[in-house]
Amino acid sequence: MFELIKRPILTFQGFVLLSVRALRGIFQKPYYWDDLFLQMDSLGIGSLPVVILTGFFAGCIMALQMARALQTYGATSQVGQLVAITLVREMGPVLTALMVAGRNASGMASELGSMKVTEQIDAMRALGTDPILKLVKPRLIATAILLPLLTILADFIGMIGGWMVSCVMLSLTTSAHYWNTAWRILEYNDLAQGLIKPFVFAIVIALVGCFYGMEAKGGTQGVGLATTRAVVVASVWIVVLTFIIGRVFVSL
Amino acid sequence: MPDAQTPQLAFHNVSFAFDETPVLRNVSFELSSGETLIVLGAAGSGKTVLLKTALGLLRPTQGRVVLFGADVTAGSEREWFDIRSRIGVLFQEGGLFDSLDVADNVAYPLRNQPLRQCPEEQVLPKVEESLKFVDLGHTLDKYPSELSGGMRRRVGIARAIVTQPELMLYDSPTAGLDPITANIIVALITKGRDVRNATTVMVTHRFQDGEILAGFRYDTAAGGLGLTPDHRGDTQTRFLVLREGEMVFLGTQAELEASQDSYVSKFVPHT
Ligand SMILES: Nc1ncnc2c1ncn2[C@@H]1O[C@H](COP(=O)(O)OP(=O)(O)OP(=O)(O)O)[C@@H](O)[C@H]1O
Ligand SMILES: [Mg+2]
Repeated sequence: MFELIKRPILTFQGFVLLSVRALRGIFQKPYYWDDLFLQMDSLGIGSLPVVILTGFFAGCIMALQMARALQTYGATSQVGQLVAITLVREMGPVLTALMVAGRNASGMASELGSMKVTEQIDAMRALGTDPILKLVKPRLIATAILLPLLTILADFIGMIGGWMVSCVMLSLTTSAHYWNTAWRILEYNDLAQGLIKPFVFAIVIALVGCFYGMEAKGGTQGVGLATTRAVVVASVWIVVLTFIIGRVFVSL
Repeated sequence: MPDAQTPQLAFHNVSFAFDETPVLRNVSFELSSGETLIVLGAAGSGKTVLLKTALGLLRPTQGRVVLFGADVTAGSEREWFDIRSRIGVLFQEGGLFDSLDVADNVAYPLRNQPLRQCPEEQVLPKVEESLKFVDLGHTLDKYPSELSGGMRRRVGIARAIVTQPELMLYDSPTAGLDPITANIIVALITKGRDVRNATTVMVTHRFQDGEILAGFRYDTAAGGLGLTPDHRGDTQTRFLVLREGEMVFLGTQAELEASQDSYVSKFVPHT
């Protein structure tokens, strides 16, 4: 019995240790600016197409589905509010985070994993750099800054998608009404939730990706395993955390 | 500065285990300034782990590691960074950074080692000098993936010696290389040792590599990679044989050749 739970406990302990060291590292010198900008570029610019596409179609789908439900109540003019709230609160943050997890948690795990199995991480420590500060910190900061921004972008593009479907395709309501209601329904609470979520998800994505990379062992096969695990674990955490954060905000 | 009496590197009953599997058991040796240690052992016998323990990359589960006269077994990572500045290391597969070109790889310790911080204008000359030392003066802007296995090892050696460390650790520098390239690499290691009188630890599974380090010296007058026989080597070079993490032999080349132990004698080619 003990043997069965020993591995997960050790893994979790290792993860907590890395997280503490990485978060503390944010306030420690040195800062490797080149690495930070490189990560921001790969994460921000690199994720743009996929984030725009998912955001857009998420908005379209939502408007399409809402339209049917709203028609039965004769309340089609409220489509803008519904799209805005679901996008900003849930769909924008979760879909963007899942996309970035698939793209970047896996990228981090495979990059750090191959560095681990080819002794590059050992070489880093031997040659005077702390891999936590040199590898994990830039990835953590870059994700924490960019995921909220990408989420805002996805929310906005999603509303455009919703507008296309409800105003251009289905003519449920006028454009002015759509944008007006969409904008006015959003409360401070929704915006806070919509920004705290991606920030928390970003920390999870970066730490999980880096953790599984640094834990990789056993050659290229180990790197593949680490990559898969990073994506699965990060995605599950994102879904679980959405619920928890949503719950906290509902009770506020 | 190190005097010949205090050991540069010493293991006192060092043991190491991954989870519960022991990998090193009770390894003890002392290495004074200018001495050479050749570590022989079958695959998986713990040679790499021994070097990583000497670098503080792995912490012994028991025993003490002494470097440059100070017990550093329980040192913090920060203290270890200072100590590692004084050690040059070549990893088994080279350990070169894929994302950096050759020049940046070799410059890495100059830019990052806490005790070696070097003004940026001095970096390039030192990098060039170090690459010339391993006869790769023309490859500065190539990436490791564009190099052959032997060239990668040579870049690794250039990176290890660029800070002129007092202690050099080489992990299987000749593994997987043809005999010609392997001899060039060992000649370079001998040169690196003799030009600066660096204390050297070399892990290998080829007895011939040890034989060269023990029996030859770099001939400064001749230049190039000329080595001359040196009979003083016997007292300066010792061999350590590992078997499943256990130290089964520690002694000179003559003692190694005379050993009756069936495992130890397998490493000595009998003609
Ligand atoms: N990260 C690790 N986790 C668990 N066990 C490990 C790890 N690294 C090495 N080992 C085990 O430790 C033992 C010694 O490994 P080591 O790499 O030191 O061997 P070696 O003597 O260098 O072999 P080779 O000549 O093949 O390089 C092996 O049994 C290996 O399986
Ligand atoms: Mg090895």
